[in-house]
Amino acid sequence: MVRVILRRLIQLVVTLIALTTLVFFWLRSLPGGPVDALLGERATPQTRELLTRALGYDQPIWVQYGRFLKNVVTGNFGNSIRTGEPVTDVISRAFPATVELSVAAIIIAVGLGVPLGYLAARHRGRLLDNTTIIVTLVGISIPIFFLGYLLKDWLTQGLHIFPPSGRISTGMDNTDVTGFFVLDGLLTRELDASADALWHLVLPALTLATIPLAIIIRITRASVLDVLDEDYIRTADAKGLRNPTIRKRHVLRNALLPVVTIIGLQTGALLAGAVLTEKVYNWGGLGTLITDSIGGSRDYPVLQALILLAAAVFVVVNLVVDLSYAIIDPRVRVR
Amino acid sequence: MTSGGISALSDHKRRRIDELISRTSETGGVSLLRDAGRRLVRNPTAVVGAVIILLFLVIAIFAPLVAPHDPVQRFPELTQNLTVDSIPGATAGHPLGSDPLGRDFASRMIFGARQTLFVGVLATLIGLLIGVLLGAIAGAVGGWLDVLIMRLTDVMLALPSLLLAITLVALASRSTQWTVIIAVAVVNVPIFARLLRGSMLAQRESDHVLAARALGVKRHTIVLRHMLPNSLTAVIVQATLTFAVAILDAAALSFLGLGDPDINRAEWGLMLGVDGVRYFEVRPELAYFPALAIILVALGFTLLGESIREALDPKNRR
Repeated sequence: MVRVILRRLIQLVVTLIALTTLVFFWLRSLPGGPVDALLGERATPQTRELLTRALGYDQPIWVQYGRFLKNVVTGNFGNSIRTGEPVTDVISRAFPATVELSVAAIIIAVGLGVPLGYLAARHRGRLLDNTTIIVTLVGISIPIFFLGYLLKDWLTQGLHIFPPSGRISTGMDNTDVTGFFVLDGLLTRELDASADALWHLVLPALTLATIPLAIIIRITRASVLDVLDEDYIRTADAKGLRNPTIRKRHVLRNALLPVVTIIGLQTGALLAGAVLTEKVYNWGGLGTLITDSIGGSRDYPVLQALILLAAAVFVVVNLVVDLSYAIIDPRVRVR
Repeated sequence: MTSGGISALSDHKRRRIDELISRTSETGGVSLLRDAGRRLVRNPTAVVGAVIILLFLVIAIFAPLVAPHDPVQRFPELTQNLTVDSIPGATAGHPLGSDPLGRDFASRMIFGARQTLFVGVLATLIGLLIGVLLGAIAGAVGGWLDVLIMRLTDVMLALPSLLLAITLVALASRSTQWTVIIAVAVVNVPIFARLLRGSMLAQRESDHVLAARALGVKRHTIVLRHMLPNSLTAVIVQATLTFAVAILDAAALSFLGLGDPDINRAEWGLMLGVDGVRYFEVRPELAYFPALAIILVALGFTLLGESIREALDPKNRR
């Protein structure tokens, strides 16, 4: 087991280093390179040369690469072109917003997805099952940014139930402790702020949850159907075990294995959906940061750090899923 | 009416007996493909998917005949009443009204089928070709090439697919229609590569390959004639599903401002992601129609792809 973890960890580091290297050389192969990105195309040759030297771009490429690697390891990603602040500051400010949104989305997706998938499977071929199948198919076929605008149009402009955008009402006097507004409100006993933040969270979280929810329902349904076909379920039934016991011990426990994998994969992929969702609701998290760094002149230092962060999160989540799989499923451990 | 025994049987049972009699006259078994094909035609889900795709193809091919107007022509009678806050709705000769530049929206929707098909097919095909090539090499040759190709796919899979596409477009110096197509295509390369490699590895020890090797068939002939055709069905299923994802990803890139900058291009993702969203409060139809079209087509391809996969699964053989 320890050896497996070690091998996976090494593989993970290799993947991340390879990605870092690709990003590094790609950015330097761009016409004009990072200096033009910083100065724009109308800079004089003198300023260009000055900045080239100041940033060390006149050094041999392998010297630059070595320094770049050292900076990445020590968490120094330089300054944002757009705002001039250190990249780490810009990212850590946006980070909690996206985590809050993602956690809410995952709670919705898992909390609704697993029970709905299970119910659909148990009512196979009936109205509930067919409706679920159609709705989930539309869920994976709809552009989620469009769904976001639709929800916003109906539930904020039309019915005035939810706020249209942002994380909290302007004028709400909330104290920033952790950056997670809902949690902050609870910690500081400002329950109105907490409720307000939660209210703002509903629509974006629903939008972001759409695809994972649809996928989790479909996988759970398929997996439960597979398990129901197994011989050991028939055996358990023949032994005279009571239905609730069979469902809990035999069906659910086995059927949830593939679901765990899919939940992990979808969690890792949330940042991609967050880019779209955050733009719709003006959320101000990492997704907004990605959109801002590619709009107009591209903010390469921020973008580079975000790519690495996204990859690191995604790869680590996948590793955790694989390992947890070994814990849940004894058969994997033996191999 | 001589045998009372048989006429007493229900119609259902008689038909079943006829079916059994006719089956025994067949000498060989049924090939998997023919069997799968038959199951596919009987499956209503597959038929619905196929009909949607067919309709989409017909509209795309005959767009100039179906569309009432040129998709890029600006009409003076439409531009007259056109402001940022009011975009003319349906009028005589323009059933869906105008777009923000005074062009006939219905014609743009119809021509949109063409461009959407173009983007989806090319993105899928490019991803498929590169992926299949890499996967086949990795699986058939093995050794250090296999390791190298697999590590490369690891790196590509280290980012969620849409994020990888965003990164690729953002890293290109400026976006064109081709950067969108290539970015969406590249995202699918590792998926096809892994699919092919897995299929190659599974076949390497199988009987038909061993037999061919024992007969002294050259290695590249084994790979091309014996192994690749066997992987084809899985590739087709994946390609059908990829098409749906490709047009959704292209729409998302347009929404993020990374799409095709050509304002004349009528492509559903572009129409939805740029004008549809920008004028959502003024005239939501500009978003509704392209969105509905995208959902339908994505649904069609997903339905067909999953039905083919289900039909090919020997577990469902009955």
